[in-house]
Order: sequence, then structure tokens, then C-alpha cells
Amino acid sequence: MEALLIAIKARILELAPEFLQFPLGHLLSITPVISVFAGIFALTTWIERKGLGRIQNRLGPNRVGPVGILQPVADGLKMIFKEDVVPRSADKIVHFLAPILLVIPTMLAFSVIPYGNRLVPIDLDAGILFFFAIGGSAELIVFMAGWSSRNKYAMLGAMRAIAQMISYEVPLILSSIVVIMMAGSLSLVDIVAVQTGGFWNWHVATPWGFVGFLLFLTAALAESNRSPFDIPEAESEIIAGHMTEYSGFKYALFFLAEYLGLFAMTGLAITLFLGGFHAPFPFLNWVPAPLWFFGKFAILVALFIWIRGTLPRLRMDQLMGLAWKFMIPMSLITFAAGATWHYAGKGLLAWILCTPMLLGSYVYLGTALTKGQKVSKRVYRFAD
Amino acid sequence: MLGTGIIKGMAQTAKNFVGSYSDPKYLTTVEYPEQRVPTKENNRNFPFLVFDGEEAMVGLRCVACQICEKECPPQCIYIEKDKNKKPDFVGKDQFQPAVFDIDISVCMSCQICVEVCPFDAIKMDTEFELSQTNRFDGLLINKHQLAKSNDYYRGIHPTEAAEIDAARAADVKKAAAKAAAKAKAEAEKKAKAAAEAAAKTEADAADTPES
Repeated sequence: MEALLIAIKARILELAPEFLQFPLGHLLSITPVISVFAGIFALTTWIERKGLGRIQNRLGPNRVGPVGILQPVADGLKMIFKEDVVPRSADKIVHFLAPILLVIPTMLAFSVIPYGNRLVPIDLDAGILFFFAIGGSAELIVFMAGWSSRNKYAMLGAMRAIAQMISYEVPLILSSIVVIMMAGSLSLVDIVAVQTGGFWNWHVATPWGFVGFLLFLTAALAESNRSPFDIPEAESEIIAGHMTEYSGFKYALFFLAEYLGLFAMTGLAITLFLGGFHAPFPFLNWVPAPLWFFGKFAILVALFIWIRGTLPRLRMDQLMGLAWKFMIPMSLITFAAGATWHYAGKGLLAWILCTPMLLGSYVYLGTALTKGQKVSKRVYRFAD
Repeated sequence: MLGTGIIKGMAQTAKNFVGSYSDPKYLTTVEYPEQRVPTKENNRNFPFLVFDGEEAMVGLRCVACQICEKECPPQCIYIEKDKNKKPDFVGKDQFQPAVFDIDISVCMSCQICVEVCPFDAIKMDTEFELSQTNRFDGLLINKHQLAKSNDYYRGIHPTEAAEIDAARAADVKKAAAKAAAKAKAEAEKKAKAAAEAAAKTEADAADTPES
């Protein structure tokens, strides 16, 4: 399948005149990425609403089209035709730029992820570095949106977003550094190549990889402002955070950027820990590699929806406590476990050394984090 | 330990998710416009006027006494008396309303009109689908729209309707007995008068022989 796609691209490029080959080649790489992930975004909003509905013992959207499948179309049409309201005292230029700029880094993040054998838009030597550098600019843009709205809720939301994103970027990058260290390369293509073979060669099948994967997923949820870390938006507290003063298609762009950010993080998690586009068993190699990538992608997105349907939103201090007291020490210990794994020969001895090290620190840090917290049934003074 | 609560919660939501496909206990939704829950007997919404028999304007129980109009707290009822009287269910001539309007944008569904009506003429409805495409439509309801049959009333509030029907049947019986007694008394009086008259004519005849 990848070979076919690459052959089609080469054939089209042959037909084009020479001065057009460079832009056309990149256009042919960019267009599928944007259209596929925008399509997945539309589908995900529907699946998410259906899934959350089922989790909450209701049906979810079922009015537009069969089983509500056309709901994203209806939502999109509504968003386009809605009035675009800009507050009179807003900083017009920044307010206008923020939603557009926010989509750019999230789109760029897809450019370094390998979707199949040789199927990567740009094979950068420092792909993962590019990914995080681009992802880091999203914080500034979120703050642009919050600041330019001239609304206290937008401002609060933007400040919360900055605090959260900066805190969680540390464990996110630390947990992926272990993978970089073990693979010996910053290129995502090389990191995937290290994990060839069956699922036992994936990084998630090692003690440090498993812990790193969980840390990465948690930090990815926080980075993309997903529940249970959605305090920058926190509907019940600050309306919609930095998106409060946005309406119509600009709001849709924020929404799109948020989901695309999550998808990019999911793609990176698959690449780093779940063997990228490789099949779980060598005899399944005949299945086209992008299908494996998108299969893993679907499972992780379903997991994110499941988590969103389960966990309540964290409080600001709990959020910060989790990042600084638990996740950052834990990712540093994962770092040490990775080194132990490497020098203990990646065999049984390495398992025996690494597992108690990680498990012990998990229990210790976990109890330290929850120490002094009394979990008891809530007593209402007036509501009973 | 950290994380056990998360796993417990995830298990619960997974149970909800899977259960919603197999067990109706986990999916309690009633898809409203297509499926409906039958309305409860105690349910009440806006008032309506009860009529007996087939013809709404003939069988209307309302006698335009205007008690409800005076008692209505938000004053949403407007009644005008008709000059013509019509016989009620016991056959007595009563007034009837020429105009009976309820402004349901003002009505607060308090049921006070129902409580004060001595004729069981106004009752609470269960109709709740009153939406209109224009915001000024369907707010002032006249007596033709308000009139609903006693059968309809029996359908929505069976217990209450049965009690009222029994009381009214007793009233009809009492009225019939009274009427019968009155008729009897009248007949007796008439017979007596006739007899007296006959006796008088006889006496008169006797008084004036061969004239």
C-alpha cells in the first residue's frame, strides 16, 4: 500500500514540469495528511459523543442521518453560518490571528510522524525535537487568544493553560527522552525501525517503556487540554477559558486544533512506544503498515474517550501536584531504569532489576502524593 | 494506592457502555417524539372546559358564574355571559358563557379555578405539546378550543372523573325524584282543582234548573 502511494506520487511528479516538482511534491504529501486527520477529527467528534452517551446511559446524537452519523456535518454547517462576534475592546489583530495560528503548529506536528514504510512527509534527523518545538508554540498562541479577548474568563483560562502546558511538557519530554536514549536517534523513522519484529520488540513491552508510555499518555492528555485535565476550558468554572470570546468558525478552529493536537500526540505515542506502523506479529506483515498505524491510533483515541467519560476534572493544585510531585520524579526514575535496562543486558536480569525499581518508586511517590488526603463520603449540610 | 480508583471508575464506565447495548437497565432513554411514557393520572397542565354529550356548546357544564374569573390569581380568564339560557344536566335553566377565554401565556396552572368551580365545569388538562411556529399564535384559547368531552376527562383523570360522574348521577336522580314528586303534587292539585271545578259546575247546574 505504501509502495503504491509512493509510486502514484512519483508518477504524478514525472508529469509535472521541473520547476513545479518541489512544491507539488510537498503538496502531495501535505494534502492527504490534512484531509485524513481533518476527516478523523469529524468522525471522532461523533464517536466521542456516541461513546460518552453510552457511558452515561443515554443514546448520544441520533437525529441527523442514520445513527447520527451526519452530526459532524450539521455541526460544521452551523459553525460556518454562525455570526462571528468580536468584542469591541478586543485586540482585533491578535484576536483574529490566534485561531489561525493555533492550527498551524498542530498541522506541522503531523509532518514528522511515519505512517508507514517510507511514508513520512518529512524525514527529519531531529524529528522528535521538531515535534516538541512546534508543539511548544501552541502555548503562546493560547495565551494570545486569552489576552486579546479582554475578558477575565479568557484571561484566567489562558493563564491556567500556560501553567498546565508548561508543567506537563516536562514529563512529556522526559518520558520520550528515555526512548531517544534507548533508540540512539532523534529521528522518528529510526525510532520506529528499532522496534521491528513482534510486539515484544516494542518499547512498551519493557518495564521502562511501559511506565514511560503511561506517563506519556497522561502528559499528552494534559498537553492537549483533554479531560480530566481540561481546567483551561473548565465549562463549569470559567465558561470556555481562552475560547470564551470566540464564536462561529474561529471557535471551530480552536476545537479542530485541540483535537489535532491530541491526534499528533497519539501518533507520537504510537511511534515512540507502540512500534509505530509495525504489526504485532511478524506473520501479519502482509497487512499494509498504515492500517496498523491507524488501528493503534483508533484504540488510543477510544481510550482517551473512555478516560474522558470516566474521570472528573482535577483541581488546579491537584493538577500541579500530579505533575511536579509525581510525574516528573517518576519520569526521572524511568530514565534511570532505562539506563539500568541497557547496562543489565536487556534480559531477565534487567527485568529483575528494573521492575522493583519502578514499582517501588510508583508506590512510594503515589502514597507521598496522596498523603494527608482523606477520602470519605461527602456530607452535605443543606442538600440532604 | 494511586490509580486503583481510576481503574475502578474505568470498569464502571465500561460496564455502562457494554451494558447499554445488551441490558435495558443501562439504557433508560425513551426516544420522545416516537416513543412516549404514558402520562400519570396526577399530571396536570392548563385548564379546559368539560361538556357532556356530543355537542360541545350544548353540553357545556359552565354556567358563566364567573367565580373562576374572580379567583384566578394572574387573572387569565375572561368570561362574558350570554343572554340566552339553556337547560343544564338536571333540566334547570342556567346561564351560559358567550365568551370564555384563557390566556395561557398568563396562566400559571395553579388549579385554583378547578378548586372553586361548584359545577365541575373546569378541569386540568394533561396536554403539554402546545408549541407553535409563531410566537404570538395559540396563546389566547377560546371556549371552542377549551371545550373537551367528559369521555376525554375520564380518559386522563379516571378516578376523579368517576367520583364526579357518580355525584352528578345522584344529583340527576334527586332532581328526577323531586320533579316526580312535584309532578305528582301538581297532578294531585290539578285533579283536586278539576274535581272542585266539576263539583262547582254540578252545583251551578243544580242552582239553575230549566233556565
